[in-house]
Amino acid sequence: MASQDIAVKASTDALFSGSSRNSRRNMGQFIRWALLFGGGILMIMPIVFMVSTSLKFPFEVYNLNLIPEEPTIENYTYVLEDGRFYGWFINSLVIAIVTTASAVFFDALVGYALCKFKFPGRYLVFIAILSTLMIPTEMLVIPWYLMSKSFGWLDTYWGIMFPGVMTAFGTFLMKQFFETVPDDFLEAARIDGLNEFQIWWQVAMPLVRPALAALAIFVFLGNWTAFIWPLIVTNSVEMYTLPVGLSSFGDEVDVAWELIMTGAAISTLPTLVVFLIFQRFIIRGVVMAGLKG
Amino acid sequence: MRFYNNLTISQKQIVWAWIFLALPVLFYVVIRFYPTANAFVLSFQEWNLLGDRKYVGLENYTRLFSDPVFWKVFKNTFMYLILGTPVSLVLSFIIAYHLDKVRFMHGTIRALYFLPFMTSAVAMAWVWRWFYQPVPIGVFNNFLASFGISQIEFLSSTTNALPSVLACAVWAGLGFQVIIFMAGLRAIPQSYYEAARIDGVSTWTVLSEITIPLLKPTIVFLVVFSSIGFLRIFDQVFNMTTNNPGGPLNSTKPLVLLIYDTAFNGFNMGYAAAQTVVLFTILLVVSLIQLRLLKDS
Repeated sequence: MASQDIAVKASTDALFSGSSRNSRRNMGQFIRWALLFGGGILMIMPIVFMVSTSLKFPFEVYNLNLIPEEPTIENYTYVLEDGRFYGWFINSLVIAIVTTASAVFFDALVGYALCKFKFPGRYLVFIAILSTLMIPTEMLVIPWYLMSKSFGWLDTYWGIMFPGVMTAFGTFLMKQFFETVPDDFLEAARIDGLNEFQIWWQVAMPLVRPALAALAIFVFLGNWTAFIWPLIVTNSVEMYTLPVGLSSFGDEVDVAWELIMTGAAISTLPTLVVFLIFQRFIIRGVVMAGLKG
Repeated sequence: MRFYNNLTISQKQIVWAWIFLALPVLFYVVIRFYPTANAFVLSFQEWNLLGDRKYVGLENYTRLFSDPVFWKVFKNTFMYLILGTPVSLVLSFIIAYHLDKVRFMHGTIRALYFLPFMTSAVAMAWVWRWFYQPVPIGVFNNFLASFGISQIEFLSSTTNALPSVLACAVWAGLGFQVIIFMAGLRAIPQSYYEAARIDGVSTWTVLSEITIPLLKPTIVFLVVFSSIGFLRIFDQVFNMTTNNPGGPLNSTKPLVLLIYDTAFNGFNMGYAAAQTVVLFTILLVVSLIQLRLLKDS
């Protein structure tokens, strides 16, 4: 009955007032789309301005046109020939890759052990790791600095990396995802004679691949953009990461905005390019990690 | 090996569990728990990195609470939170709500809003710093000038500097919140909306009676997540004011920058540790209050 009523109402709407109502709705929908699109363009303006200015000669910087009249890559050759940015780029890349690999490996290992093994102290270990989420990094930088100083880790790759080689957030995330792996699969592998490490690596890990990728994106981005700890633990220019290097470079060249924009572009374009290639996948990963974590 | 083979299945599980966990447990004890304890202990000591660590009782805390700079910084830190969290939450909800209803170029528009989240905070702080410069350099002031509007002092004014720095942080975090809101909106069953449509309920009522109540878990998550982020702001402030970090006249200085200054420019390790304990307490209290308030009502 009810559905019939709706059908009748819909058809009468279409016959009498439908067309004008529809066009009004289309108009509203178009305004909605236009405002959203305009807002989106505004959102990327800082990035667009950064790239455009990095391609300008100094005399054109104060001209706010988005497409340079005489595009040049001179700023890039200048900044890269200087050598420091090249070194900082390599530092950031090595540190982000190694830390990501380590964090994904260990977080999955711990998440799996806490999810699939029954042993005394399991709950205690889980709560202990989870409780570290409440401790802000900023509280730990002073003790970490003192520790690095006494162990000679200051100004080394290891010194920059050690706080991030495992993450409580990732452990929690992976534990959640290993819950979805049926125990029967693991039992079957056990009967086939695989040891527990092989079961984890060969059977369980492939089943949570999307979660591993999501975690990897988060950890990589976090390490690539990390600032306060690398700022504290490094003191020689050669050991700087991109953010620390850019910060000191910006101070040094002061008002040469085209050079600063070039440095900024070098330190942020790689992640943007990766995003544009794997857009769908990254957004899904961020939602997954954000909601489950 | 023979020893291992003689174990029962559940005993073998215990052995394997600790093989998996040995190194990580060591890591969490040495790199997380010990430093936390050390920070608390240090907050009751005086130490300039050179001499001995000397116990001074609560002196660091009494000194901190009678320091006008600390209260200025405390106020700034909460200004970032009080302005930043509602503004970014409302903006991202409006964007997500409308974007959810748009089909044409949906993916592209979503990417435009999300792109800033993938940038490096330091790099973008320098871009925004350039935007805020006076004419003829800065983009904003040039734009205003082209409409004949008088200049605005952004980073050099004690009243405008904090919101200017904050705008950059809100901008960078907006995309993440939009994406999370959209996921929350998608999770609301369509049947609720269909029922409302049949009843002829107005758009506003649907929003306030269906959409927002059902988004509660998402809102709780985002409020806590973004509050913690704003209370810990550092990268943007430091890089937009490198000539005088936290300036002008401490008007943008957040707690984390005060900690950095005290520890690594002043080498007052004990005093800085006391400030980190205050930061820890603030983060704990703010998240607990928010969880309580938002979960109950």
